[in-house]
Formats: sequence, C-alpha cells, structure tokens
Amino acid sequence: MSTDKRKALLGMVLIGVALAVLPFLVGKGLGNSWVRVLDFALLYVMLALGLNIVVGFAGLLDLGYIAFYAVGAYLYALLASPHFGLHWPVWAILPMGALVAGFFGVLLGAPTLRLRGDYLAIVTLGFGEIVRIFMNNLNAPINITNGPQGISQIDPVRIMGVSLSKPLEIFGLTLSSVYLYYYLFLALTLLVVFVSIRLEDSRIGRAWVAIREDEIAAKACGIDTRNVKLLAFAMGATFGGVAGGLFAGFQEFVSPESFGLMESIMVLCMVVLGGMGHIPGVILGGLLLAVLPEALRHGAVPMQRALFGQVLLDPESLRMLLFGLALIAVMLYRPAGLWPEARRKREFAEKAK
Amino acid sequence: MDTFIQQIINGLVLGSIYALVALGYTMVYGILGLINFAHGEVVMIGALTALTVIKLLANSGLPGIVVVLLGLAAAVPVCMALGFTIERVAYRPLRNAPRLAPLITAIGVSIVLQQLAMIFWGRSYHAFPPILPTTGRDIGGAHITDLQIVIVLLAAAIMAGLMLLVNKTRLGRAMRATAENPQIAGLMGVNINAIISATFLIGSALAAVAGVMVSANYSIAHYHMGFILGLKAFTAAVLGGIGNLPGAMLGGVLLGLIESLGAGYIGDLTGGFLGSHYQDVFAFFVLILVLVFRPSGLMGEKVAERA
Amino acid sequence: MRFPVKTISLALASSLVAFGCGKEAPPPPPPKAEQPAAPPAKPTVTVKIGHVSPLTGPQAHLGKDNENGARLAIEEANAKKLEIGGAVVTFDFMGEDDQADPKQGTTVAQKLIDAKVNGVIGHLNSGTTIPASKLYSEAGIPQISPSATNPKYTQQGFKTAFRVMANDEQQGKVLGGYATQQLAGKKIAIVDDRTAYGQGVADEFEKAAVAGGAKIVAREFTNDKATDFAAILTKIKSKKPDLVMYGGMDAQAGPMAQQLKKLGIKAKMIFADGGCTTEFHKLAGDAAEGHYCSLPGVPLEKMPGGKAFMDKYKAKFNVDIQLYAPYSYDAANVMIDAMKRANSVEPAKYLVELPKTAFDGVTARITFDERGDVKDGAITLYQAKGGKWEALETIGGAPAEPAQPAAMSGMGGMQGMQGQGMGGMSGMQGMSGMSAAPAAAEKK
Repeated sequence: MSTDKRKALLGMVLIGVALAVLPFLVGKGLGNSWVRVLDFALLYVMLALGLNIVVGFAGLLDLGYIAFYAVGAYLYALLASPHFGLHWPVWAILPMGALVAGFFGVLLGAPTLRLRGDYLAIVTLGFGEIVRIFMNNLNAPINITNGPQGISQIDPVRIMGVSLSKPLEIFGLTLSSVYLYYYLFLALTLLVVFVSIRLEDSRIGRAWVAIREDEIAAKACGIDTRNVKLLAFAMGATFGGVAGGLFAGFQEFVSPESFGLMESIMVLCMVVLGGMGHIPGVILGGLLLAVLPEALRHGAVPMQRALFGQVLLDPESLRMLLFGLALIAVMLYRPAGLWPEARRKREFAEKAK
Repeated sequence: MDTFIQQIINGLVLGSIYALVALGYTMVYGILGLINFAHGEVVMIGALTALTVIKLLANSGLPGIVVVLLGLAAAVPVCMALGFTIERVAYRPLRNAPRLAPLITAIGVSIVLQQLAMIFWGRSYHAFPPILPTTGRDIGGAHITDLQIVIVLLAAAIMAGLMLLVNKTRLGRAMRATAENPQIAGLMGVNINAIISATFLIGSALAAVAGVMVSANYSIAHYHMGFILGLKAFTAAVLGGIGNLPGAMLGGVLLGLIESLGAGYIGDLTGGFLGSHYQDVFAFFVLILVLVFRPSGLMGEKVAERA
Repeated sequence: MRFPVKTISLALASSLVAFGCGKEAPPPPPPKAEQPAAPPAKPTVTVKIGHVSPLTGPQAHLGKDNENGARLAIEEANAKKLEIGGAVVTFDFMGEDDQADPKQGTTVAQKLIDAKVNGVIGHLNSGTTIPASKLYSEAGIPQISPSATNPKYTQQGFKTAFRVMANDEQQGKVLGGYATQQLAGKKIAIVDDRTAYGQGVADEFEKAAVAGGAKIVAREFTNDKATDFAAILTKIKSKKPDLVMYGGMDAQAGPMAQQLKKLGIKAKMIFADGGCTTEFHKLAGDAAEGHYCSLPGVPLEKMPGGKAFMDKYKAKFNVDIQLYAPYSYDAANVMIDAMKRANSVEPAKYLVELPKTAFDGVTARITFDERGDVKDGAITLYQAKGGKWEALETIGGAPAEPAQPAAMSGMGGMQGMQGQGMGGMSGMQGMSGMSAAPAAAEKK
C-alpha cells in the first residue's frame, strides 16, 4: 500500500520535473518556435478538457465551443488594452472571463435542453457563429469590439509586476517570453486537469455520465437533468473562457477570424481522437492535434526528399492532406479514440462482437 | 412591391440550391443516422469536374446546354465513385463504432478532398464559361433567369423523384427497412451493405447535379466552395427535420427565404441597428426558435424519433 | 515642423541613393570578368529571407502569388551574385504558410526568428501581420508587408515594420474623392465583406464620399465566402444609387458584377485593390464592363521594368499575376536594396537604411514615412474596358519621378494627369496629416 503511494508520488515528481525542463529540451533542441507550439498546445489542452465535460462526460455534442474561448479572449482584450483605455490586472480578468463564459454557457444550454444529438450539434454550431458574427460586427453603431479590425496592443500578462512578454533573467538564466508563458499555461492546465479529475469523481460527474448513458434512466433515478446539463455547459464554458483570456494576453491581438467554426471542429477532433470522457486521452488528443500540423510543416519537405528523392508537392498542400488522412486513419484503427476509458473500451469490444 | 417579389424569388432560388444539397445530406442521414460532413466536398468535386469538361468543350461549337449536360455526364460518375469510396473506406468500418467516430472521419475526408482538389485544380477561382443563355423573364417588375427557373423546378422534381423511389420501389422499401432497423432488415434478406452503397451513389449523383447548378448559377467554382454550402445545406436539412425528404426541400427553401428576406428587411425592421451583416444570425435564430418548439425539425417526426 | 524633417530625410535618402549608385554602378562589369578567374577568393554568405502568406485555405491563390513575387526577386538577386560587405551573397528563400490564421501567424513568425532569417516579406493579411510584427520587432528583424493594409500595423510604433502598399485609409480616401468628384456620384451604395480589409476600405470610402457631398443610400454587408448577393443587391436596387462601392476581394466582386447585371442595376461598381485583378474579368465575364477600381502604385506597364516583370513572372510560374505579386517583388527588392546601401546583411545594420529607402520598384517609387508606411503613395484608378483594366489616372505619387517621362512614350498624357493629380495630392497631404494626428495622440 505505502509502496504504491510512494510509487505514485515518485511518478508525479518525475512528470513534474519532465514538464519543468521540457521547454528547455524543446527550445534548445528544436528552437523557440516549438516552445510556442507547446504554449498553444497547452491552450488547446485546456479547451479540449473544457469541451470534454460537455461532450465526453455529459454526452452533449457541441460544435460551437470556440464561442466561449472568444468570449474570454474578447473580455481580456476589452479590459486590458488601449481600446477602452482600461488596463485591468490579469488576476481580475481571468476569473471574470471564466464567469462570463460560464454565463454564456447557460445561455446556450437553456434553449437546447430538449434537443438531442445532431439537432443539438447544429444549434451549438449556430450559437458559435452568432457569437463570432456579433464580434465581427459590433463596431457600429457603438464601437465595442472594433469589428473585423480586431483589437491590438493588448496588455501582456503581468504577474507581480513582471511582464511575461519580455525575457526574464532569473538565476543567471534568461527565459524568453515563450518560456514564461509556458509555465503560466502549464500551471493553469494542471489546475484545469485537477478540476476535471475532481469533477469526474464527484456526484455531478456521475450524474453527467448517467445522462450520457441514458437520459431517461438518469431522470428516473432522481437526477435533475435540466440543472445538471446546464452545469455541464457552464463548467465547460469556464475552461474555454480562461483559455481565451490567456490567448489574448499571449497574442496581444484578437480578431474574429481566430474563432471560426473550424476551430470548434478542431477542438472536437481533439476530444474524440484522444478518447472521449477520458482525461489522459483528451490531453493526449489536444497535444497531438496541436503539434501534428506543425510537425508536418517542418517534416513535409525532408520526408518527401527521403521517400521520393525530390519535392513533389509543396509542403503546404501536403501538410493538411496528411492531417486529414491522420484523422481518418486514427478513427478507423481506434474508433473509441487513441486512449479510451477502460469502461468504454470494454463496451465497444462487446458491441463489435 | 417589385422589390418584395424579387426578394421572394431570390430566396426561392437560393433555397432551391440549398435544398439540392440538403437532399443528399438527408438521404444518408435517413438511412445511417450519420452526418456526412464530406457531402459539401462531393458537391465541390462535382462542380470542378463538370467545369473542367465544360471549359474543354466551351469553344467546340456545340450548343451551351449540350456542353453543360456533357459536363454533368462526366461529373455524375466521378461523384458516384467518390461517394461509394468514401462510404467503403471511411464510414463502413465504423458502422458499430461510437457515434462520433464517423463524424471525425467525415471531417478528415472533407479536409483530404479539399486538399486533393487544391492540388488538382489549383488555388485559383474558376469561372463558368458564358455558354448558357442569360435570358430571363419579368414577373411583376422582378426578374428571374431561365437557369434559375430550371434550378427551382429541378430541385422540386428531384425531391419528388426521390420520394417515389423511397416510397414506391423495392429499393425504396429496402431503404426504409434499413433505416428502421438494419439488423432486422438484414434478417429479412435485405443486403444492407448494398442498400447503403446505393444510398451513397444516389446522394453523390445528386451532389454532382447540385455542384453543376451552383457553379452555373454563380459562374464560379473553387476548391473551398463545398464547406459553406455543406454547412448551409446541413442547417436546412435540420430545419426541415433531418432524414425527411420533403423536410429537406422545405428547410432549404425556408432557409433561402429567411436569408434573403433577412438581408433585405432586417435593417428596416430594427431601425437600422442590425443590417445585412446579421443575416446569418437571423437565420440561426429562426432555426433555434423552430427547434425549441419542434425539437426534431419542422417535418422530422417520422424518422428522427427513432432515437 | 514635420516638413523640414521630411525634406532632410528625402535629401539624405536621395544623396545616399546617388552615392550608392555611384559606388554600385562600376562593379557589375568587373565581377563578370573576375568571377571565373578567381572564384575561391570571394567569401560567400547565405542570407535567409522569410516570406509568409496563406498557402492553404480560401486565400491560397493570393498567398502563392505573393510568394512567387518575392521568390522572383530573390532568385534574380541570386543570379546577379551580389556582393555585400565583401562577400558574395546567396539568398535562401523560406516560404511559409500561415493559413491567414493569427495564431499560426505568430507560430510561423517564431519559426522564422528561430531560423535566424535576416528579413521577412509578409504577411499577406493584416490579421496575421499585426501579431507577428511584435515578434519581429522584439527580435529586431525587419519586416516589409506587401499587402497588409490595416493602418494599425504601422501605428504600433515598431521600428521594424514597413509596408509597400497604401493603407486602407489612404486608398479609401482617394477612392471616395474620386467617386464624388470625377464620377460625380450623388447617391452611393456601399457593400463590404466584413473582413478587416473590406470594412477598413469601405469605412474610409464612406467618410470621404460623405465629405465630398454624396449621400450613402444603402450600407450593406456580405462575407468573404459568399457567392449569392441577390438579396442585398435587390435592396440596393430599390434605393436607386448611381454608384455601388464594394470593399472586398475579386472572388466576390466578380459574381457580384454578374448579379448586378442580372438584376438590371445600371449603376457601376467601384472597388479597391482587392477586386482590381484579371481574375475579376474572368469571374464577371461580360458583366465586368465599365466598373471602376483602384490599385496603389503606378500601372505596371508605365513603370520601368514593369512589363519585364510581368513577362518574367509569366515565364517562370506559368500563371498570371493574381494581385500583390508586384508588391511582394518590390518589397523583397527594397529589402535587398537596403542591404546593399548598408553594405551589410545584418538586420540591425540595414534596418537603419530601410527608412531612407528611395527605390524605383515596379509598382511605384517607394519611400517610407516616419511610421514605415509608403509615403504619398500613388494610387491609380482603372476602368474595365473590353476585358481589361484600363488606367484612367494616377492620383498622388512621389513628385520626383526621374528618368520616367524620358523613358516612356505616351507619357504626355500621364504628365497631364499627374498635374491633375496634384490637386488630389494636396488632399492626400492633408489626409496624411489627419491620419498622423490620432497616431500621435495614441503614442502619448
């Protein structure tokens, strides 16, 4: 028993050390652009975990999830940029972003309670588009979002007076901006993972799974399906809101084109590809789909040289082509996802017989 | 008044185009319960294939209508082959998989088809040669071209044809049986795989027709055109009740009308606060409203209730 | 107060150019003689030039076009075996894809910075250019965008940010003035595609048109993926405008022109560079006739080297120029020119020379103002006639365009137009003063 605990502790310490030195290995070995890719990958992990609550736990197909990310990003942009002349600190904006995004989650959830499956999918898709269209157009009659021009010169994230957009010297080491953001994102991702795990094992988490498996049975068991569903939308949305705020601070620029339907679909792919409802799987899915297109960007030309001795297709065409093929291949060979929940895997094995 | 009639005509034409694509969506959904996200891309491949042939023959001296029909004749088998392959490769192995798995492969197929089309047809926009007569007629001060009349009639005719097929033929009966319960249909001697393949073949042939009509009407085709078209058609299909053929037609026409009347009058209705940039918001808002009161679409009871 | 600074920098720049030319002119013949004789004596240096544009997605055709333009300039420079700082320079071209996505824009920018590029041409879209410009600025890498026209890009105060194309304010202004004065538009309908570019141009156009005494009878919107404009055009028809302004790209402008004709609207369209392409004619067919557009710079045929550029481009890539290739070609050449003048390929060294640029490109004579915007950029108006864009007149432009009248025949007409343009130019000057004002306020 105690050796098990010690093992688990040792494992956690090892993972912690690995995560802490990862940017250095990646940065030195492959360059800072890869650390930046890691930063985005962490943001996507947060998004995927948020969507996982809605799709994976509660089984509600949501194709407009990126709207919450947009809400968080725009809130940060409006409260910390010259656009309104406001410069709120990040610790005030992020919780607010989570709250506002959660409110939007309820807003989306309320009219869709009766809908199922594909009907829910199209309504959430519509919701995502509505949010994007409003952001794109609210520059007149009153200029709120600055319309398609986007909001620039957003304040970078500052923690205790230290701006993360400038290199920081610490213990004789110079950490460039992408490293600093990496640690911030990592900390928040770990928090999101922790919250996800706790939620999964909670009463609410079990209620979500019950609804996913059979809504009518869940209702019969005394679960208040309406509130529990709304809670799923709200909880999922808060993660998106936090990630959005971080995105705005990291990029220092937001514009509506970052929040299109394709992004929603991408996040959904991460959840499904990794293994719906299974937190480690979803994390894997998020990391993989965020890193894969970049790996293909770097690898497309050398790979062709190695295979055919010449560059037959320009790397850009090939990159998305391979990405699409990868989506198909993974789903064909692992229909329940790359790293599915043990229970789901069993279910699927039974069905396949 | 002539403006209003014109807007109705605009909506009808646009709606018929949506309906043409939506019929293909709904066919597949009705049988398999699967959102075939790649359907829009099949439409795109159909349009570009037909256009390639049409461009080759544009100066051959043949009458325009013959050239377009030849283009269509080339596009239909290509799309059918494509639809058949997609089903075999990306959907059939996943028939018993979790519901979202085929959705992801559909997205994958969609990306792959787009990239292949980009490699094959290039990144530029393609113009439809001006070989069709642009004559039209005036109705109460409003204008409609002959091609647009053809599109509206064709969409209605195809819907009627499909309904006959589904309700009156052996194949149709097998399709309905498969939709109801594939296992039992299989026990009754229905070759489910053949039926599903047939559904994809028909749906893809429709996609080819839709692709040619769209590119002829707007004189433009591009490897990226399928995505938005597919999205709108999907919306239309859901609005009408996905899986229901008359529903797809109704949903398409309704969506077209909502969009065109929305763009035309939303500004006046809201005192200039909202303009035509909220056209899609308006359309989605109506969709949400319809679904709140009729959770399975306007006509979707029969098929969609099978949970 | 600003004027003397300008004159001084102009004088400085021109003297530098003169000096540079004086120094540069003699060497070219000798190297040819020298090269085969003693090749190992020369050290070589590799200079990486990055280029970023969307190479996948709906704007891929424009992205590839931009890339081709810059690539052509780089390959020409390589063929010349330029000597900078005593070493023979080989330019290494890195063409990257940002999918017009701001997030990928910064990822790609970081990749180029890691690869230690000496300079960047790009990005194509304002949405990717703005967030990326911050990274380039921090890394001290000069960036010249051939096509990002959002005024914000150069208003951020980055010393590394330049562009060789008139921004939305400049172009919308000229277009609005032209519509109300030369075309005598009284009732104008405006449509834009709700992209940063389309909305930017349309809003500036609206301001200028209203200032010019026109009434905006309809303000309609579409999007950059639309093909059906029947609803908004029907509404516009009911307002009976004499001009329809469109802020957006050719892929929409073409079909829109056709639908305009189908609906029997007699008013002509007027749009900015996004629709000012051969593609527009292809897509609009015979409905293209009579519409107007504007393009920053002087018509290619009228610039020394313009025709040659078109031929080279066509011969090399076997496609027609889509839109911004001449600008990215110029952007790359401006960068190489600054390297030559600085006699260094180090970003920090030639960055000092960039603001002093006075380069005769294929689109215009390029000089930069204090923010890195192209100064007093000429804007040429065209009308569609017989399946081609025919230049009507050029408004604004650098006053001193040497060699040109002598070099070109049929320049008399141009000159006359230039004279006419001067009137427009004073307007331009006032305008640039105006646009500078908010920027100054922001800097405070």
